[in-house]
Amino acid sequence: MTLALNIFTALAVFAGTFFFLAGTVGLLRFPDALTRLHALTKADNLGLGLVVLGLLPRVEWPFGAFKLISVWLLVQLSGAIVAQLIADFVRREEPHA
Amino acid sequence: MNAAFIFDVVLAALVFTIATWIIAARDAFSAVVGFVAYGLLLALVWVELSAIDVALTEAAIGSGVTGMLLLGAASRLRKTEPTAVSVGLPMRLLAAVLCALIAAALGFLVLFPPGTIFTLAPDAMAHLPETGLRNPVAGVLFVYRAFDTLLEKVVLVLALVGVWSLALDRFWGGIPGLPVFEQPNTVLTLLSQLLPPLGIVVGIYMFWTGANNPGGAFQGGTVLAAMWILVMIAGLQHMPSTDRRMLRLLVVLGPAIFLVIGLLGFALAGSFLAYPPGYAKPLIIIAEAALTVSIGVTLGLLAAGPPERMARR
Repeated sequence: MTLALNIFTALAVFAGTFFFLAGTVGLLRFPDALTRLHALTKADNLGLGLVVLGLLPRVEWPFGAFKLISVWLLVQLSGAIVAQLIADFVRREEPHA
Repeated sequence: MNAAFIFDVVLAALVFTIATWIIAARDAFSAVVGFVAYGLLLALVWVELSAIDVALTEAAIGSGVTGMLLLGAASRLRKTEPTAVSVGLPMRLLAAVLCALIAAALGFLVLFPPGTIFTLAPDAMAHLPETGLRNPVAGVLFVYRAFDTLLEKVVLVLALVGVWSLALDRFWGGIPGLPVFEQPNTVLTLLSQLLPPLGIVVGIYMFWTGANNPGGAFQGGTVLAAMWILVMIAGLQHMPSTDRRMLRLLVVLGPAIFLVIGLLGFALAGSFLAYPPGYAKPLIIIAEAALTVSIGVTLGLLAAGPPERMARR
């Protein structure tokens, strides 16, 4: 049981860091602000989500797990809204983008 | 070499790289953005050193509030930046050499301390139960070094008076010049409706848990200030005129109550800022509750900047 949980944690956290890596590469390599935002929000949502999922079996139930999920939800909320605000600003600065 | 050691080395290298990048950054705006990231990484360093209280303060004040103040300054200076007088190379080299010398001397002292390091930590821990607090940092701030803490809160009020003094004479007591996002029903409106209920609970919790766990009035007050600024920037609430009596009362409430408790010490416990036996914790909680409100209001007003419009009548 412990072994299975360890494997689960390792796989989920590894998959999460993969999305962070992909998001960072996208941020550095994509041509304009909107596509870079796209790459970044994927890293935040999926990457952090998978890391949190992987860590869930290792924290105290229920408050530790509740804290981790809250962190993920708050990052989702702020990430999505900041991305919208930046995109909105880019749209108004460069109407053809 | 275990994983924790590698993590520490990578973290230190990252902090060093960002610090160098901030100094080399061409414009003030980029440097400030780098500074915010630097502050968050520094908070991680403090976590690694098991100084959670310091980490929270670094993230909230060092990175958050200072970052916001510097962003405001950078955007004000943006117009003047291309014509700004540039500093010559000899002067830059001199500054670099002096800074490097100070850093090297500090590093040397940390790595090769002269003799045994003097510490008051065991004494502080030994007397902590008498205070009723369980967080040694709160014990130092409100019992052993209460006078320093009182002065620190008064300095915050003086800083606000300093910022207000930058206003033109005719705007004294007017409305701060924080730029407001003047578009209704955007995603920012949504965020400033969803986040404050959570943020206010978190802010109060941080102050409340500070007696026994990492946290405290300053960190809690900063979270409250951030929520207030968010609501004001989103345009959901008008920025208050700085001549409102209620607002000014809230700014001095915390330091005033702390001062009254300090003066009561003369009558009840024999000296300034001494607590009568058994009443230390409740008195500290009262002072901290008032300070949390005052710090929140003061930091919010500091971020809002000097008055730039006439007060509403």
